[in-house]
Amino acid sequence: MNIPEAFKVSTRALYKNKMRSVLTGLGVIIGIAAVVALVSIGQGVSKKIENQISSLGSNLLIVFPGSTSMGGVHGGFGSVNTLMPSDATAIASQVPDALYVSPAVRWVGQTIFQNQNWATTIMGVGPSFPEIRDWPIAEGNFFDKEDVDGAANVCAIGQVVKDQLFGGIDPIGKIIKISNIPFRVVAVMAAKGTAGFGQDQDDMILAPYTTIQKKLLGIDYLNLIFVKAISSSAVTGAQQEIESLLRQRHNIKSKVDDDFTIRNVTDMLSAVMNITNMLTIFLGSIASISLLVGGIGIMNIMLVSVTERTREIGIRMAVGAKRRDILLQFLLEAVTLSTIGGIIGIILGSVLSLTAGTFIKIPITINVFPVAIAFFFSFAVGVFFGLYPATKASKLNPIEALRYE
Amino acid sequence: MSQDTRQDNKDSVVRAVHLKKTYFLDGVAVPALKEVNLGIAKGSFVSITGASGSGKTTFMNILGCLDKPTEGSYYLEGTDVSSLTPDRLADIRNERIGFIFQNFNLLARTSAMENVELPLVYAGVARHERQKKARELLEMMGLKGFEQHFPQQLSGGQQQRVAIARALVNSPSIILADEPTGNLDSKTSYEIMAILTRLNEQMGVTIILVTHEHDIAGYAQRIITFRDGLVVSDTVNK
Repeated sequence: MNIPEAFKVSTRALYKNKMRSVLTGLGVIIGIAAVVALVSIGQGVSKKIENQISSLGSNLLIVFPGSTSMGGVHGGFGSVNTLMPSDATAIASQVPDALYVSPAVRWVGQTIFQNQNWATTIMGVGPSFPEIRDWPIAEGNFFDKEDVDGAANVCAIGQVVKDQLFGGIDPIGKIIKISNIPFRVVAVMAAKGTAGFGQDQDDMILAPYTTIQKKLLGIDYLNLIFVKAISSSAVTGAQQEIESLLRQRHNIKSKVDDDFTIRNVTDMLSAVMNITNMLTIFLGSIASISLLVGGIGIMNIMLVSVTERTREIGIRMAVGAKRRDILLQFLLEAVTLSTIGGIIGIILGSVLSLTAGTFIKIPITINVFPVAIAFFFSFAVGVFFGLYPATKASKLNPIEALRYE
Repeated sequence: MSQDTRQDNKDSVVRAVHLKKTYFLDGVAVPALKEVNLGIAKGSFVSITGASGSGKTTFMNILGCLDKPTEGSYYLEGTDVSSLTPDRLADIRNERIGFIFQNFNLLARTSAMENVELPLVYAGVARHERQKKARELLEMMGLKGFEQHFPQQLSGGQQQRVAIARALVNSPSIILADEPTGNLDSKTSYEIMAILTRLNEQMGVTIILVTHEHDIAGYAQRIITFRDGLVVSDTVNK
């Protein structure tokens, strides 16, 4: 008997027991759907986080004051006041791999425009900040070096701040008050979205760091220094150059820890991607347990089916079926059941993940690779769990099988 | 036939030489066939009778290549088939033996036509040819118009006629009928026996009939009686 004939016999047997076939297939359908949906959603989440981190800016390095291991405890953001504007100037002039450098200070407070008020983050930065963060200007002109040198009361606002304070009014040239100090709005930043850590980047006001230092905070140190390397391949070099420059400037002896920390976005990205990829694999593995259960269901029903159809097997053997023919017939039955279940599961899982993606605002793409793997697994489940019942059927003694009631 | 069909010679379609079969039940040897020597001529109609436990069913299973003898040889058309592999035996059953069973043994929920086609499916015959042959044989069995009926929609006599068509479809060397009338009323039994007689007389089909009913055995030209694993009588009928 050739494969098309055996396939016909198998599909007909499945069709004759519709309800049983559907229920048995359901195990595989659910298993495959769960794997496809969870892997797709996992990949979507990864993609979203990746986009968010990338939106911080390409080839970006961030210098924090304080060491991660200082005194055994990480002091945290801004707990040490060792980073100075002169450090930023030195990086800009002495690190050849640094394309742009911007000092930064941060303050969170209330802003007022006429009768509207809004609590937001005020970042004091340098004139090259938009280039460093790949952040286009939507309206107006970003403040320049003169404004920074003269500590001018000017600012650029994010889209969220614009919506909250101005509503429909054109903000350019208007005066807002930050902690009762008037600032003239010179620019509106383009929408950028959420960064990877739940912080909305559009909910922000940017002003010359000198103005924020002197007029708002009364400090002379910096909270951060942003550095953009000249290319992605220069990021690591720039990081080393900055480290040795700052160690020298801060008079740190060898074997003593840095009093600053340099993070680069590429490293952060790969760290986060590692975690999300592991999460995806973990979710997929859990889902594949249900696939395993589905496979056991197939094996169970195939064993029942072989017993039920003992007489049929006997008749087929009497008229000339070889063991191989019987094996093929039952194996194809299991494989057909599991692969059809697999195809339905792939469709169901895709629909589920796409629907879930629109609800939780995650970009879902159904990739060929996980779908192909899922299909292969559904096929493999059929072979693996069908082999034992099919072998059992093929080893029946024809005399006993014919006599079976 | 005037010739004594009991004569065993090289032209015999079936030859059993020193055939023995012993079963082992929990390590205890139970002889089912002690020593059987006989030949069946091509084109003859032979009955095998005997009480249950006489060894006639065991002999039948060996003739049908469903079982192998413990000792001795079984020649089917001159070929020793007693030592073939299970796959080769499947081929022999497919090509040279037609079975008719007491309980018909048709595939349930499968049309009469497809039941008749079944041996040809395993012989690798193309669909078109299979259907042509199956249709011819069903017509010959008086079942024209019943091709698409399922066994459960047919009477016992009709089912047995489908089974006979299936047994004939591969033009076998021998037809083995194991109590073919056992599940039928007497009127239908006579019809079935008439068909078998006609097949033997008009088409020259070799028929080996296993039965414990005397009147059914009486349809054959030769009656072989088994008792305790031995042939105890072998007579020409009529």
